[in-house]
Amino acid sequence: MAHDKEHTSHTKLIWKVFGILSVITIVEVALGIAKPDVLYLTKILGTSPLNIIFLVLTLVKAYYITWFFMHMADETKSLRRAVVWTAVFLIIYLATLLLIEGAYLNEVLGPLVKWNY
Amino acid sequence: MEATIATKTNGPNWGGGDNNPLGSSYGKMMMWFFILSDALTFSGFLGAYGLMRFKFIDSWPIADEVFTHFPFMHGVHAPMFYVALMTFILIFSSVTMVLAVDAGHQLNKAKVTFYMFLTIIGGVIFLGSQAWEWKNFIGGSYGAVQLQDGKIIQFVDEDGHQVALESFAIDDHSERVQHTKSKGLWFVEEAALPAFTISEVIAGFEAHPELTIRTEKVDLETKSKTIVPREQAMLYLNKAKAVVVGANLKVNEYGNTLFADFFFFITGFHGFHVLSGVIINIIIFFNVIIGTYEKRKSYEMVEKVGLYWHFVDLVWVFVFTFFYLV
Repeated sequence: MAHDKEHTSHTKLIWKVFGILSVITIVEVALGIAKPDVLYLTKILGTSPLNIIFLVLTLVKAYYITWFFMHMADETKSLRRAVVWTAVFLIIYLATLLLIEGAYLNEVLGPLVKWNY
Repeated sequence: MEATIATKTNGPNWGGGDNNPLGSSYGKMMMWFFILSDALTFSGFLGAYGLMRFKFIDSWPIADEVFTHFPFMHGVHAPMFYVALMTFILIFSSVTMVLAVDAGHQLNKAKVTFYMFLTIIGGVIFLGSQAWEWKNFIGGSYGAVQLQDGKIIQFVDEDGHQVALESFAIDDHSERVQHTKSKGLWFVEEAALPAFTISEVIAGFEAHPELTIRTEKVDLETKSKTIVPREQAMLYLNKAKAVVVGANLKVNEYGNTLFADFFFFITGFHGFHVLSGVIINIIIFFNVIIGTYEKRKSYEMVEKVGLYWHFVDLVWVFVFTFFYLV
């Protein structure tokens, strides 16, 4: 796959991806500064909607970097899966367990911390 | 099936004939699996950070109050802008890197040289920005008081805005001198003394009736730090142990010490990756100039360092999210 296109230039695609990444970053920064109360102080899925938005935008950015800057799209399906599925599975697994454990620690130890003197 | 097809790529890469497992050259596949393992290392660090952050969810420092500096705008409260700038620098150097790879596919030496050069410059600027960010974090912005149980107390005015220690502390001209090896016990050292002593800070606090304090405790309803009424403030300040300015691995004026520890460790580990990326890029840059890949008729080496460079950018995207945004 990659080898058919070896001599054609992808400059247009590269700048397009740069545009997408820039727009996402600008949106993230704008939301991070504005922090609208509706998104920031409400709760959904255990965190604020704003955090969910940030997480999704981050994953979109990661997708564009991996697929188009690192040319993952041009690799064979099997190499792509060997790398991406391994990472995605292990990271989700680790993060889930650690965050559940962290919330539990907070539940147990938080009430023991004294805040008045 | 693509997987089993052995296509010829850029010359003899694997030992044992023309087979190319997964249609990839040896170097590229190894770079991919190195990146995979490195990604898991970073995930381990960020996961540990997440664990501690969830453990102290009700007292974690608020990033917007920590990273507020911007070059040439002294005293202006500008959260996010600087780190957004850093993100753009890194994304842009990723773009120039991928343009270099693209030019390499067309065997265009002049273009590869030019874009590699821009990439290296971008990496160096990013490293400098990182150093400036660390300098501000280490130097601190307002100063705080640490209590005997390790909690941090910050000073605020009636609007709830933080106030710097030097704006109210009263200098009582104490004669306390920093101990150095040459002045006493040669085997005992002492860290640099803070600009003010606890008694100076408390004297200043008593002289300024508009001031009060706030604790690390976050009100989860409003996501802001709890402000203590002035009448109760002295109960806290009587327990003061030390004046803290800035952040280091042991104490941190912004709140939980772990926040600084993880910040230094993770951004430092990432910065070290950027540094090694810049050095590898420089080596490849010189190889391009002397024509190594021109003779080889393949710029695959540029592609491989490109993979590493993009990975560094990828990690920064996550560091940016977890330290500055969420």
